Amino acid sequence: MAQMSEDEEKLALARRFIEAIPHSRALAMHLEAIGGGHAVISMPWDERLVGDPRTGVIHGGAVSALMDTCCGAAVMSHPEAPAGTATIDLRIDYMRAATPRQRITARAEVYHITRTVAFLRATAHDEEAGLPVATATGAFTVERPKGEAK
Amino acid sequence: MTRVKPEPMQVVKQRRDAALRALVSGVPYIRFLGIEFDRRGDEITATLPFDEKLIGNPMLPALHGGVSAAFLEVTAIVELSWATLWEDVETGRIDLSAPEPVLPRLPKTIDFTVDYLRSGLPRDAYARARVNRSGRRYASVHVEAWQDNRTRLYAQATGHFLMPERPHG
Repeated sequence: MAQMSEDEEKLALARRFIEAIPHSRALAMHLEAIGGGHAVISMPWDERLVGDPRTGVIHGGAVSALMDTCCGAAVMSHPEAPAGTATIDLRIDYMRAATPRQRITARAEVYHITRTVAFLRATAHDEEAGLPVATATGAFTVERPKGEAK
Repeated sequence: MTRVKPEPMQVVKQRRDAALRALVSGVPYIRFLGIEFDRRGDEITATLPFDEKLIGNPMLPALHGGVSAAFLEVTAIVELSWATLWEDVETGRIDLSAPEPVLPRLPKTIDFTVDYLRSGLPRDAYARARVNRSGRRYASVHVEAWQDNRTRLYAQATGHFLMPERPHG
């Protein structure tokens, strides 16, 4: 039980941290789960984020922002606990149009980490299970606390 | 010898500016990020005026990586559509002074790879895209973004796009 509340505390802390990022707040991102190099973050559909007014489909850029945030959060939650991280590169494949008015949920995992680089995979789904809206792969920096032996 | 008299400059400018405006103003996400477009002939430069809501790291502070990705993707799509629209408007295939002009649909992103070269500073950013290949169905676009110095890019990207079906081949 004690473990449970500690996890919940960690989640609450991470949630406050991510939801305090001005751009995450502008997109109303919500941290669903985090830990062990994994993160799940969701974002509601919003009329202001539409990229194609004829269809109401959200712009790819907004999905990129969600994926990038989710990958960064996954890196920060890795047991090797980097002091910070920044995106080196991020590739997004758009598999299909996200259904208008549905929430988008991104899931990211660190599948390999070295002393200096974290390698990530992520997916984004709308409210329909099955084929993701988009998938991503990325490389992120692993910043070590100052003074740590190199 | 007969030469076609060149159109008055204002007519040309108005037509081109209207085309760019028609392309951009209908997209809510462009307005949300506050991206503006500046035209010189057929060359367009996108500007992302700094705003607090674009921040991703309040400690540094730095622009959100996702914002930079979005800025690059918007610029790539607008450049790609613009390149197609330009011809349609210049040849009169699309008449923007018509009551309800029909603009071609926007290209769809297939994939987009962003290369983050340095962190985005809390100030305005600029971007220009180059269409490296534009076929009937697929296009490849490269886009570069900078802040203070044109040669010191802070991010660049390459993307592939699916072109909209064209009614007049």
